[in-house]
Amino acid sequence: MSKDSKRKRGQFKEAWIRLKRNKAAMFGLFVIIMLFIMAVFAPFISPYGYDEQHLKMANLLPSWRHLMGTDNFGRDIFSRIIYGSRVSLQVGFIAVGIGVLIGGTLGSISAYYGGIVDNVIMRFIDTLLAIPGTLLAISIAAALGPGLTNAMIAVGVGTVPTYARVVRASVLTVKEQEFIEAARCIGVKDYKIIVKHILPNAMAPLIVQATLGVAGAILSAAALSFIGLGIQPPTPEWGAMLSAGRVYIRDYWHIVTFPGVTIMVTIFSLNLFGDGLRDALDPRLKR
Amino acid sequence: MYKYILNRIIMMIPVLLGVSLVVFSMIYIAPGDPARIILGESASEEAVQELKDEMGLNDSFVKQYLRYVKNIVTKGDLGTSYITRRSVTTEIMDRWPKTMLLASMSVALATLIGIPTGIISATRQYSIFDNLAMVLALVGVSMPNFWQGLVLIIVFSVHFALLPASGFYGPIYWILPVVTIGTSLAATITRMTRSSMLEVIRQDYITTARSKGNKENVVIMKHALKNALIPIITVIGLQLGRGLGGAILTESIFSIPGIGKLMVDSIKARNYPVVQGGVLFIAIAFSLINLFVDILYAFVDPRIKSLYSRKKIRKNKEVCHE
Repeated sequence: MSKDSKRKRGQFKEAWIRLKRNKAAMFGLFVIIMLFIMAVFAPFISPYGYDEQHLKMANLLPSWRHLMGTDNFGRDIFSRIIYGSRVSLQVGFIAVGIGVLIGGTLGSISAYYGGIVDNVIMRFIDTLLAIPGTLLAISIAAALGPGLTNAMIAVGVGTVPTYARVVRASVLTVKEQEFIEAARCIGVKDYKIIVKHILPNAMAPLIVQATLGVAGAILSAAALSFIGLGIQPPTPEWGAMLSAGRVYIRDYWHIVTFPGVTIMVTIFSLNLFGDGLRDALDPRLKR
Repeated sequence: MYKYILNRIIMMIPVLLGVSLVVFSMIYIAPGDPARIILGESASEEAVQELKDEMGLNDSFVKQYLRYVKNIVTKGDLGTSYITRRSVTTEIMDRWPKTMLLASMSVALATLIGIPTGIISATRQYSIFDNLAMVLALVGVSMPNFWQGLVLIIVFSVHFALLPASGFYGPIYWILPVVTIGTSLAATITRMTRSSMLEVIRQDYITTARSKGNKENVVIMKHALKNALIPIITVIGLQLGRGLGGAILTESIFSIPGIGKLMVDSIKARNYPVVQGGVLFIAIAFSLINLFVDILYAFVDPRIKSLYSRKKIRKNKEVCHE
């Protein structure tokens, strides 16, 4: 046992060393950490309150007083973006967490055992999968009603089928390989084979999908807000800010530009980091 | 193999029943009383009750659900729109071709961009092409879909006045919405193709194929790509669903009279029969796509084909005891 955990620590240490060499991934990690700091210390960083309205100063272009300008209610967009990071990060990570946990478990069990288990689980997944993610999230949110928690549940459940399918597909290929057969032959227990031998080898697609998934989750949440089913005003959420500003896009470019760019930078960084993590964790990259 | 396909089609029935149950219960627990929505806030309580009786809304959940399914199966009747008083089936059928066209053109565009780019990137890992393609793919996935739509409208419709910003009357109207949906799907397909190809290229049989003196093209296209295809096909299948999902918002932005816009308008108006019908309809279409993807697996991967045709053999255990 102790020998085992020591080996494991070594493996992650090595992954971390490889990750540190990847400049793009480190840049991504840096931006993500900055975003978290921004979210935690929002009240101290932001120059104005997120719902402070100055109607006389509506739709102002970016200036030194308002770095990203003001929106149609005269609220400081920069401050709203800082506060918005709280909501968007929360929605993104928690929703994907729900999806990966439920979907990954279902997918690996389904692929490993096959037969009836596979059939039952996959028919359930097919039921969910038969409704495209965005649409499923919209339907769930329409039923649960608007709000942050409901949006997270809706988006999270909406992603379950994707992870289940991706994990199942990769486990299916891995489990046919000889080392799994070998493990089974020497009498390793099923759950241990899944967790220790199959999943680490089936991880790459899941990581790729999960990093993209945070993007998808934030976008789905934005889509919900866009239809009026997600996060409600005056709570600032980047997606909601985008859709609120879309009416003015022809006259005031800055209202939609900055939330859009913020989402892009966030997702971009998450993706850079996720990719780096995949390369670092992939044992076959070892030379 | 045919047995498998037939089996899968039969298996679709419980799935679709499941979907109808999920959709029905979601709308059932949704806030707001349908009779009240139809009659408006000012209607008297008696009138509302009367309409509820007439619509059968006072029946039990099971009874309402069974009636709903029965109407669909026997008459293809998805209910009546609260607002237009037209059949939901007709409303959807009028709009479906536009949505399907939009989604499939987007996926086609995405596949045409995604697979070749992914293959070149994987075979020339860390080259300038690879780095550039990956940065662009990242930008593609990182860009909010409807923001991209708005930016495209600003640039190509407002600024350069080259392409129309709304409507869906002919090919020139298709460009902006298809590009909007297609580029973000392409990014996902590119990334999946690259990562899947990279996994396969490192396998021993690729080295074997090379050492037998095969040309690099043959090794990549015949040996590597074929084995890397399963995750790629999965993702493309999923993208069609995402395309249909993406169409919901994109149609609203570009004022395309498809199912997506119909549903967004219906959700806003709490026109539940249309929402229900729309979700169910898309689910049916999407199930057929999934079935097609699963059949494709078998053609791509003989290991899976053999798994389909002789399911009952637990070969692993037998091997162990030999």
